[in-house]
Amino acid sequence: MAVNIRIQAEPFDTAGETAALTRGRVDIGAVVAFTGLCRDEGGRLMALELEHYPGMAEAEIGRIADEAQARWPLLGLTVIHRFGRIVPGEEIVLVLTASAHRQAAFEAASFLMDYLKTHAPFWKREHLKDGTAGAWIEAKEADDRAAERWR
Amino acid sequence: MKLVYFAWVRERVGKTDEQVALPEGIETVADLVRWLKGRGEEYEYAFENEGIVRAAVDHVHVKPEARIAGAHEIAFFPPMTGG
Repeated sequence: MAVNIRIQAEPFDTAGETAALTRGRVDIGAVVAFTGLCRDEGGRLMALELEHYPGMAEAEIGRIADEAQARWPLLGLTVIHRFGRIVPGEEIVLVLTASAHRQAAFEAASFLMDYLKTHAPFWKREHLKDGTAGAWIEAKEADDRAAERWR
Repeated sequence: MKLVYFAWVRERVGKTDEQVALPEGIETVADLVRWLKGRGEEYEYAFENEGIVRAAVDHVHVKPEARIAGAHEIAFFPPMTGG
């Protein structure tokens, strides 16, 4: 199965990644794309800074992808997670799941995002428009609960 | 053994990584945290809320009771906020 995992500073192109995942394939009946974007928090936020643990980020996302493949009949999977400085409107994360039918693709994409948020070693910090280097964003209990439901 | 720190744990400890020679009797991640907290107030501050800081041994998430014998790299970091 085509598994493509990338950790990068550069922006990515969702449409181009989807085309790459399905190119030359006639067995895929469903592709689900989730794109996580940086929002401006009501005009307060100038940028997000994303720190990550090189080496472990790739390894952990690989383990999450393995788990998704074990649970659903996937035909392809792409995960791209950015790091560094990201401004509102830009993309942060992309998850693409391909399967013969939609249910597996929807569920696997949801599972991947829930686990990425709680297990992939990335940390966000806010930089605010008033010039202050804001706080590290705190982990949300709702995200832990979202990941728990897959157990 | 190499220790690495991320996000506010890194800021509180004041370094990104360090090499340490552990004394006898440090067998688990929890033992290591206890030993680190005795090394200075920056470590005391970083690990002040036990149970908040997470750990990974050689790029794999572990619990405090995990054994560290043979580990090359142990990481400490806050709960993750990616995605």
